Amino acid sequence: MPYIANTDEDRQLMLETIGCADFDEMWRKSDIHFPDCNLLEIAEGKSEFEVVKYLHELAGKNAVDLVSFLGAGYYDHLIPAAVDAVTSRSEFYTAYTPYQPEASQGTLQTIYEYQSMICRLTGMPISNASMYDGGTALFEAMMMSCRVTRRRQVVISEAVSPIFRTMIESYSSNLDVELIVVPAGIDDSNQQELIKAVSKDTACVVVQYPNAFGTIEAWQDFNQQVHTHKALSVCSCYPIALSLLTPPGEMDFDIVTGEGQSMGIPLNFGGPYLGFMAVTKKHVRKMPGRICGKTVDLDGKEGYVLTLQAREQHIRRAGAMSNICSNENLCALSALVYLTCLGKQGLIEVAELCASKAVFARNELLKIAGVEAVGGEAFFNEFIIKLPGDASEIVGRMIDKGFAPGFPLGRYYPDRKDQLLVAVTEKRTREEIKALANALEALL
Amino acid sequence: MSLIFTKSKNGRRGSTIPKCDVPKCSAIPDKMRRSTSAELPEVSELDAVRHFSLLSLKNIGVDTNFYPLGSCTMKYNPKFHEQVAALPGFSALHPLLPQLRNGGALTQGALEVLYESEQILNDLLGFSRTTMQPLAGAHGELTGVMLIAAYHKDRQDNERKIMLIPDAAHGTNPASAAIAGFKPREVATNAEGDVDIENLKQQLGPEVAGIMLTCPNTLGLFDRNVAEICELVHQAGGLCYCDGANLNAIIGRIRPGDLGFDVMHVNLHKTFATPHGGGGPGSGPVGVAECLVPYLPISEVVKRDDGTYTLDYSFQKSIGYIAPFYGNFAIILRAYAYMLSQGRDGFKRISENAVLSANYIRVKLAPFFDQIYDRNCMHECIFAGTRQSAKGVNTLDMAKALIDRGIHPPTIYFPLIVPEALMIEPTETESKETIDEFIQAMIEIAELVETDPEAITSCPKTTPVRRLDETQAARNPVLAEL
Amino acid sequence: MKYFTEEHEWIQIDGNEAIMGITEHAANELGDITYVELPEEGNELIVGDQLGVVESVKAASDIYSPLGGTVVAVNEALEDNPELINESAEAKGWICKLTDFDESELNDLMKSSGYEKYLKSL
Repeated sequence: MPYIANTDEDRQLMLETIGCADFDEMWRKSDIHFPDCNLLEIAEGKSEFEVVKYLHELAGKNAVDLVSFLGAGYYDHLIPAAVDAVTSRSEFYTAYTPYQPEASQGTLQTIYEYQSMICRLTGMPISNASMYDGGTALFEAMMMSCRVTRRRQVVISEAVSPIFRTMIESYSSNLDVELIVVPAGIDDSNQQELIKAVSKDTACVVVQYPNAFGTIEAWQDFNQQVHTHKALSVCSCYPIALSLLTPPGEMDFDIVTGEGQSMGIPLNFGGPYLGFMAVTKKHVRKMPGRICGKTVDLDGKEGYVLTLQAREQHIRRAGAMSNICSNENLCALSALVYLTCLGKQGLIEVAELCASKAVFARNELLKIAGVEAVGGEAFFNEFIIKLPGDASEIVGRMIDKGFAPGFPLGRYYPDRKDQLLVAVTEKRTREEIKALANALEALL
Repeated sequence: MSLIFTKSKNGRRGSTIPKCDVPKCSAIPDKMRRSTSAELPEVSELDAVRHFSLLSLKNIGVDTNFYPLGSCTMKYNPKFHEQVAALPGFSALHPLLPQLRNGGALTQGALEVLYESEQILNDLLGFSRTTMQPLAGAHGELTGVMLIAAYHKDRQDNERKIMLIPDAAHGTNPASAAIAGFKPREVATNAEGDVDIENLKQQLGPEVAGIMLTCPNTLGLFDRNVAEICELVHQAGGLCYCDGANLNAIIGRIRPGDLGFDVMHVNLHKTFATPHGGGGPGSGPVGVAECLVPYLPISEVVKRDDGTYTLDYSFQKSIGYIAPFYGNFAIILRAYAYMLSQGRDGFKRISENAVLSANYIRVKLAPFFDQIYDRNCMHECIFAGTRQSAKGVNTLDMAKALIDRGIHPPTIYFPLIVPEALMIEPTETESKETIDEFIQAMIEIAELVETDPEAITSCPKTTPVRRLDETQAARNPVLAEL
Repeated sequence: MKYFTEEHEWIQIDGNEAIMGITEHAANELGDITYVELPEEGNELIVGDQLGVVESVKAASDIYSPLGGTVVAVNEALEDNPELINESAEAKGWICKLTDFDESELNDLMKSSGYEKYLKSL
């Protein structure tokens, strides 16, 4: 019996103790009067060895040697082995939410350190303990803005990740919230149009940094204008880029969120990932999600607890700031260990590598006849190019040659069917970039 | 223990980074560069590993201690699950790959995991379809009630704005219902711990969208009227949501779909043995009956006639995207490994042993602690610490005394309708010896309450910190080291 | 004259001002108060509008205005010292002052003796 310790003898003794002759009587006494269900469709149990063998086979059916320039918010960065070594400690991964702080100081201190790192990276003073992913974090930021401002209109740029926007649309469908999507420019957020949509009814403006086309934009002046309408400004950002870029906190954003996958979390075919959220001091009590705080024990010794719980569902129920009752804790731990191992200099070097290789890749690709630049004045490690034909079709042919050359934008932007979003991380070598350009050239 | 930042020293490095093999340059405008570097620590890899290893020792987990945290199903997490989840063929796979032309062929193994784990869940729960997308239990709840909202909207039954929720429910139920646009309304629990049928009947009507019922309920009991409740709600035009937090009690024995539920979430991190991770990541797939299939989230994995798998986006009435991709894949993968190793017969053994152990604890502790509902329980048993609180020792004190005895405390002060509640869930993976030790510890505590209450109220004494000042933490929040 | 509500708020009429707070009973029920969300000065309220929130470690309680009127002052001392409500709920722990209220709305409220009876009935 897999993972059940008790022997038949143990079970018999326990059944006697509870006054039952057998399991049938136990079920009856627990008010289960239904017949056993029939699970004949399910195969018989397998041994560990057999399951591992089968899953190895399945893993082998997936692309492992594809040279990938796919990003679109989810990036293939290096992960130091120490990240896995720490998160594999079962004192961390087999614990639950730190309800009993005296028995959970390990988890709690790592949350506090994680919150501190997110603050330092984003330039914001407050961070929560993490959320499911970048998309849910952005939705939560939007709802938080509605609570703070008591308004119900959200202005969102089309240059915000289309994956996040589709999630936000689903979540908003039953709520009294009005979403206004403002079309993007060639590769920017079209700030002029964006600010025109802001009024005294606007709860928040939602933008992305760098945006969904990879473009870096300055937001200080824009945010000043947003604030004159007493609306909040919300920014979703790419944490690796923040080691080089002016942090959102210095550009007067009120709420900063993002997808934290790039900080030491494998791509994992879609999850688990890490949503982060940081806010200004003023709004801390309206922030959703778990938060860890520092305090002292009876002897005056420093320690950590989950705090500001009056915001949460187990106290406020329907009036809670969010229905979320956990954080993405082990992923937050990965991010913490990643940021610790990379460190102040290491993260900058990784980001510089990404930036250099992206410029190199863009130059190589633009040398190809028929490939054209689309904007591209200011970017970090991702940019768009225009292909002479349907990008999706070209990508399909490149995949057959062993390259995932990027993400064709036509899927989400019907007027950009010939545009390709290319991401370059520190893992891509000069040879791989050259090979990509050569393969694409040969194909066009 | 001091923070990692205090261990930082200028110039120290904790990782190696490849040399730059292209010309150094960037497309970042100078005016957009940050003026000061983010103050991340500068430590060696050893410094980092030692810091976090020492911190881990300030935790207790299932691998180190008995962890009977009610309603959380803290069962053993088999180690080979971690091994398969780390296979690069899964972990390095970009989620956008199958959305690219010809990319699907390169993700067949991963799509098979999603498809086949859904099939097993359909069979286990008695539903037509299951979406693997929800990222946690509460996220599954939200998805489930969004499906109910979509169902009524599609039928233009627009007056159904009330979601009925028993007073003993988890706080997430009303919170999720509110985000799906419903107004939660409480249903009373009767003196025996079941839903008060008369109270339910009074509340049913054309404005009721449905009911959210935890099954077995949050009191650890199997509601004797569950089939009748589903029937009554259906007759009134509503749908029945099953909160699957307590699925471990009935898995492989009965199927929620057969009881009359229309939609249900399951917590893979509870019943299907994936790690709780100190509070996440979890995974909360949602199973639905035929009437809700058209509204399932996009996308879905389908199997073609030739045996290959692909993603289907063609659901016109779908509630849309609730996760960025296909769910917490690496968690689903672990749960799939668990399902394969349990197989047809294994599931029922889980519930049998879980229910047996909980009733064993209930019987053994009944002389020492008060029970509000004197009947056999399911996979968890609940006591009221009222006898002890009358002596000046409350449930929180007893919880802390358990920590000093090497046991993670049960869930306390939940459900709200049980005074001084202690909710004990041993799970099927713990041996009789471990459970007996726990029982002994509880009896010793009950006896100390009589003879030396101070010995309990002064606990914990063996932990890295003693009781912490939560009032101070909330009044003057210190939430980060800037 | 001092009035009370079933939601455990008190209202003291002082000339043309109504001073409001939560009662000692409410403060005791909530336990150590950790935070008070105050209304904004100048807000115009009608009966039943949310006025603010009082939070403790384990509970949160919304405060709804028992009177219509305009907020002319808030007790800013509560921002840094929410414990004033525990120490002195019905004096130093006042929450806000209203003017322009409709005196007839006071008729719906309890007086001191009525509130005491109400507490005993709970």
